Amino acid sequence: MTARTTGFSVVALAALVLLAFVPRLGNAYYLALAISLLQYTVLATAWGMFSGPTRYVSLATTAFFGVGAYTVAVLGEILLWPLVLLIAAALGAVLAAIVGLSTLRLSGVYFVIFTFGLTELIRQLVVWFEVNKSRVLGRYVFVDITQRDIYWQLMALTVAVFLLGWLIARSRLGFALRVIGEDETVAKHCGVNTTFAKVALFAISATVMTLVGAIMAPRWTYIEPSIAFNSMISFQVLIMALLGGAHRLWGPVLGAVPLTLLFELLSARFPNTFTIILGCIFLLIVYMLPRGVAGLFEKLPARLRGDDTRRVAA
Amino acid sequence: MSTETRAQILEVAGLRRAFGGLVAVNDLGFEVAQGEIMGLLGPNGSGKTTALNLMSGVLRPDTGSIRLMGKEISGLAAYRIARLGLARTFQLVRVLDGMDCRENIKAGLAFQKPHLSVAEAEVRIDMLLDRVGLGGQDQRPAADLTYIDRKRLELARALAAKPRLLLLDEWLAGLNPSELTIGINLIRSLKADGITIVLVEHVMNAVRALCDRCVVMSSGRKIAEGATADVLSDAAVVKAYLGGVAADA
Repeated sequence: MTARTTGFSVVALAALVLLAFVPRLGNAYYLALAISLLQYTVLATAWGMFSGPTRYVSLATTAFFGVGAYTVAVLGEILLWPLVLLIAAALGAVLAAIVGLSTLRLSGVYFVIFTFGLTELIRQLVVWFEVNKSRVLGRYVFVDITQRDIYWQLMALTVAVFLLGWLIARSRLGFALRVIGEDETVAKHCGVNTTFAKVALFAISATVMTLVGAIMAPRWTYIEPSIAFNSMISFQVLIMALLGGAHRLWGPVLGAVPLTLLFELLSARFPNTFTIILGCIFLLIVYMLPRGVAGLFEKLPARLRGDDTRRVAA
Repeated sequence: MSTETRAQILEVAGLRRAFGGLVAVNDLGFEVAQGEIMGLLGPNGSGKTTALNLMSGVLRPDTGSIRLMGKEISGLAAYRIARLGLARTFQLVRVLDGMDCRENIKAGLAFQKPHLSVAEAEVRIDMLLDRVGLGGQDQRPAADLTYIDRKRLELARALAAKPRLLLLDEWLAGLNPSELTIGINLIRSLKADGITIVLVEHVMNAVRALCDRCVVMSSGRKIAEGATADVLSDAAVVKAYLGGVAADA
């Protein structure tokens, strides 16, 4: 176990060092690609932090991402940057707590649909407010943030999200979430305040997503609701986390990296049929890799030891 | 018996719960004294499991009171009731299949206050595994266990919380004769530890061997209560189980 932990630490450190060299390449394309990679890595990992153990499939990623982006669009020019990020994070946490308290009693497909509807609701609210109250449909984001700044912030957030996930997994809260994922009734009878545990983790995960939205906002310079609240993000993050394996902290990154690269390639080569291909990939992942890439890695050592045959025989 | 002088662990009065037009539990009342094993009997559909669900907080009663060691618990959330010292097993065994035996038991004790240190928890988990006859199987995935071992694991998880009151919902059902003997002895040893037990059971040998007293339900109502031998020979009870010309026909 300790050998594995050391192994992970070495891989993680190596990845960090490699990533730290990207801005030095001085190539705008590679930097942009690396930003995409980090963005989806953080989003998918944050998604997996909540949805992995609880098995609640959330399509609200876009809602939180968009709220973060809009916070920057509204406050970015008025306040200091750290303060803007802080406010975005707080908004995300509050929104998640409200949504969590009202929806986490739902389960299964109802929760999925509600989170999807929530994104649309928030988008329509923003549109309504912008059209009727502020009388603008788009906003310009003029802040003094370069691509490199975005990159470093995302990297810091990546490190933070993995540390946070690791700490939670070792905590009583993390264990409570796993018990809830296995059997919610049992969790309650073991003395777990299931509502609190679910809302707490949902809020933590949502705060991270909101921060990603806020950090990414300066990349656009022009924002409107359909850009900030693009529901595609929810689906892409979901696919990535499932491909990687959401039941492990390091699972989603295994899906985020290859799929970000693939989406990059597909959207450049096949801009018109992109969504069709996306759908097919989704189907393939669900059928072929129910436990994700992480599941494959877990099976590997067992197969080498011959554990698989034992389990079949048992 | 000296039941009256002992402290009452559980006091149920006027308990009622309806699902639409079906009154599953109707004006149910009984008391269970410290250290007692009480059987809750009745034909299928008589409301036994609903009664347990009302006590453990899965369901809220429409009216009525449930007191655990003098504290009103009716309508409280299940996790609060669990923290007050009530643990249970389920009619359809519920173990955490994605975890190993050690983690299953850890689930039972991790959320109880005061929190144990890691070392204390480990010792306690090993002790509980030995207690239910799963010693040395701590690393085994719960999904690989046989039926009786799943039941053992579920019981160990319930015991991990150091409950004052334990509700067993047909814990002895589906065991073969030798397993049944082991199970009966295990439950009896819990009584020796001072745990008060309410058990719903259809295995009459076990009821005779274990229960000090029984309450019999039929169609949601209590139709008999008293010492086990008396209750099992009660005319109304025999009629409820075996049919015949029912009183309300």
